[in-house]
Amino acid sequence: MRKPIEKPKSVGTATVFINARLIDPASNRDEPGGLLVKDGLIADLGAHLRRNAPEGAHVIDCKGNVLAPGLIDAQVFTGEPGYEHRETLKTASHAAAAGGVTTIVVMPDTNPVIDQVALVDFIQRRARDNALVHVQTMAAMTKGLQGEEMTEIGLLKRAGAIGFSNGKSSVINTRVMRNILSYAKDFNALVVHHTEDPYLSSGSMNSGEVAARLGLPGISKLAETIMLERDVRLVEMTGGRYHAATISCQESLDVVKNAKAKKLPVTCGVSINHLTLNENDIGPYRTFFKMRPPLRKEEDRAAMVQAVANGDIDIIVSSHDPQDADTKRRPFAEAADGAVGLETLLSAALRLVHAGDITLSAMLKALTINPARLLGLHSGRLAKGAIADLVLFDPGEPWVVNKDLLRSRSKNTPFDEAKMQGRVLRTMVAGQTVYEYAGIERT
Amino acid sequence: MTSKSNTNALKVFPRRHLLTCEGLSAQEINFLLDLADKNADHIRNNGRKRDVLTGRTIINLFFESSTRTQASFEMAGKRLSADVMNMNVATSSVTKGETLVDTAVTLNAMRPDIIVVRHHAAGAVELLSQKVDCSVINAGDGAHQHPTQALLDALTIRRAKGRVAGLTVAICGDIVHSRVARSNINVLNALGARVRLIAPTTLLPSSPERLGCEVFTDMWKGIEGVDIVMMLRLQRERMDASYVPSTREFFHFFGLDHEKLARAKPDALVMHPGPMNRGVEIASTVADHSKSVIREQVEMGVAVRMAVLEALSAHLPGFAEDAQ
Repeated sequence: MRKPIEKPKSVGTATVFINARLIDPASNRDEPGGLLVKDGLIADLGAHLRRNAPEGAHVIDCKGNVLAPGLIDAQVFTGEPGYEHRETLKTASHAAAAGGVTTIVVMPDTNPVIDQVALVDFIQRRARDNALVHVQTMAAMTKGLQGEEMTEIGLLKRAGAIGFSNGKSSVINTRVMRNILSYAKDFNALVVHHTEDPYLSSGSMNSGEVAARLGLPGISKLAETIMLERDVRLVEMTGGRYHAATISCQESLDVVKNAKAKKLPVTCGVSINHLTLNENDIGPYRTFFKMRPPLRKEEDRAAMVQAVANGDIDIIVSSHDPQDADTKRRPFAEAADGAVGLETLLSAALRLVHAGDITLSAMLKALTINPARLLGLHSGRLAKGAIADLVLFDPGEPWVVNKDLLRSRSKNTPFDEAKMQGRVLRTMVAGQTVYEYAGIERT
Repeated sequence: MTSKSNTNALKVFPRRHLLTCEGLSAQEINFLLDLADKNADHIRNNGRKRDVLTGRTIINLFFESSTRTQASFEMAGKRLSADVMNMNVATSSVTKGETLVDTAVTLNAMRPDIIVVRHHAAGAVELLSQKVDCSVINAGDGAHQHPTQALLDALTIRRAKGRVAGLTVAICGDIVHSRVARSNINVLNALGARVRLIAPTTLLPSSPERLGCEVFTDMWKGIEGVDIVMMLRLQRERMDASYVPSTREFFHFFGLDHEKLARAKPDALVMHPGPMNRGVEIASTVADHSKSVIREQVEMGVAVRMAVLEALSAHLPGFAEDAQ
């Protein structure tokens, strides 16, 4: 494999975090202690560093707050290239840093689509020069995301593509999907699929009572589940590594559980929105709650949370999808899908912890080591020698989301004015602090 | 010589048609290769045409366009003094909607001695053979078989290496659509060679290991230490159907270049049934390299087809009178 374009590591002074609550889901660590960062790597960690700072090191007193591996967000849409007015790699990375996210995986739904080696190189160069956090590239699995012709999966992977996705659409042609899974297997490439049968999903929100009352055309869960069932059959036949990008309902969960029971190479993710919101939040046609898959019923949301807690769902993504007023300030059915989520990812996830639905460690697992393993990254863990991608957060600090203060270039958050408990105090990428909470937010 | 070899042929090669390599014994194959070997030497020594098939009629019936195979069969027939007729399918009744069976019955009524058939559908030659009284040679049916190609490949290997048994042969490229690959797998296995298949999974048939081969999806590993590298032609239409993403990527991972060839044995031979896509499955310089026996393959083609015609002629009615 070609050497990935990496951010320069900070060399020289050591930094030590003392008086921290170290949480590392990879090693089941949750204990008071400290952590020493040197030359961009974790040089040492443990209880013995809780109060003892090595001489000459820059000391950060965590005051008992949580120090965890930086979050890895496997599904981030940006607007670069093509829609820079919505988001650039730079603005997305600032949002990520503020949210405690140290690695973002950017999706190929750009203009042009990331379906060629030169475009993977472009993303990596732009990220190296402009982004505060690590940026990994999800390449398109079909040319132009048209679902008809396979991309150069072998060469794209060599160029650094971390996985292959068809963006916001499914590959409808079953033969093409079968060939992609077969071909990807030869290169041990990960196929990440948005599962949605377009013939069953022409509506604009979850089909059911709320849609009926609002007079909106519904999107059946079947659209998601049928495509997922098909894919699992193809995985069974081809043995290709498959990840269902974002599932949203109990039925899909059952499909994934069955596939896992058969030891198939199948994993799945869920978006933070589907863990914390439901279709009732749409209320009076609030388009910031319009997304794909659509927000489902409360029972489905609860099932998703439960599945993250017990490990049936592997990863949580923000599914950060910047949209501007042009695309969102429209009648509900005509408005674009998607919500930004990088900056609120951790705080929103902490809601579930505070509600007692999931442990802090289980939640962090789905945001750190699980995505790292899925994507083959060496980050996502607190271990000697691991890259010093870290997040320091206060799980209890209350705050209110103000969309105007978001670093993302687009402000389409479903959490505007929402009360949150828990916020990021500091984010470190490869030993360099890329975000520090100033106490009072700028206005 | 004619009399002796033909009498022998009836015993060693008791077949009226050559439709497939599946089920051919090593003895049968070696008999054909021995005959072909003599023909090859005969031609190299500027020998005149032989009179084995004097007064016999061969029809080359090609439903699929072909230059080299058709020319090779025509040359082989003429070198044995047969009258060879090339049926140009494009101007025949086939394009007017006649079925394959009707064409067969019509031709049979003209009482040819041997028909050489190529057809785009697997099994078509077999079907035709059931409807005629003469001998039928399969010159390629769909993705099924191309027996004379496998025999000429075996002869080329035998002449270059002195043997086939014990050699490791890698067949690389579009295997799922290749009749050449299927025929070669049969012949090489029958002769005791070890066969490896190298291709992306999308270009492999299902359960390829059941064909008696070792399967590799990584060419760098598959080519390690082989004696023979046999490349197959990648058809461009495979790209549209998403079997492979691009010729560039295919060449990068599955094309034969000097770097990959260096992993094979130092005296490895490079083969290709033609026509080649230079820069797609084979680098131009490899195709023209001293290790390449691609031209010898064409040469052996005529010799092998002569041998097959000769062997089948032993079954023609009236052979006994000829012999006396």
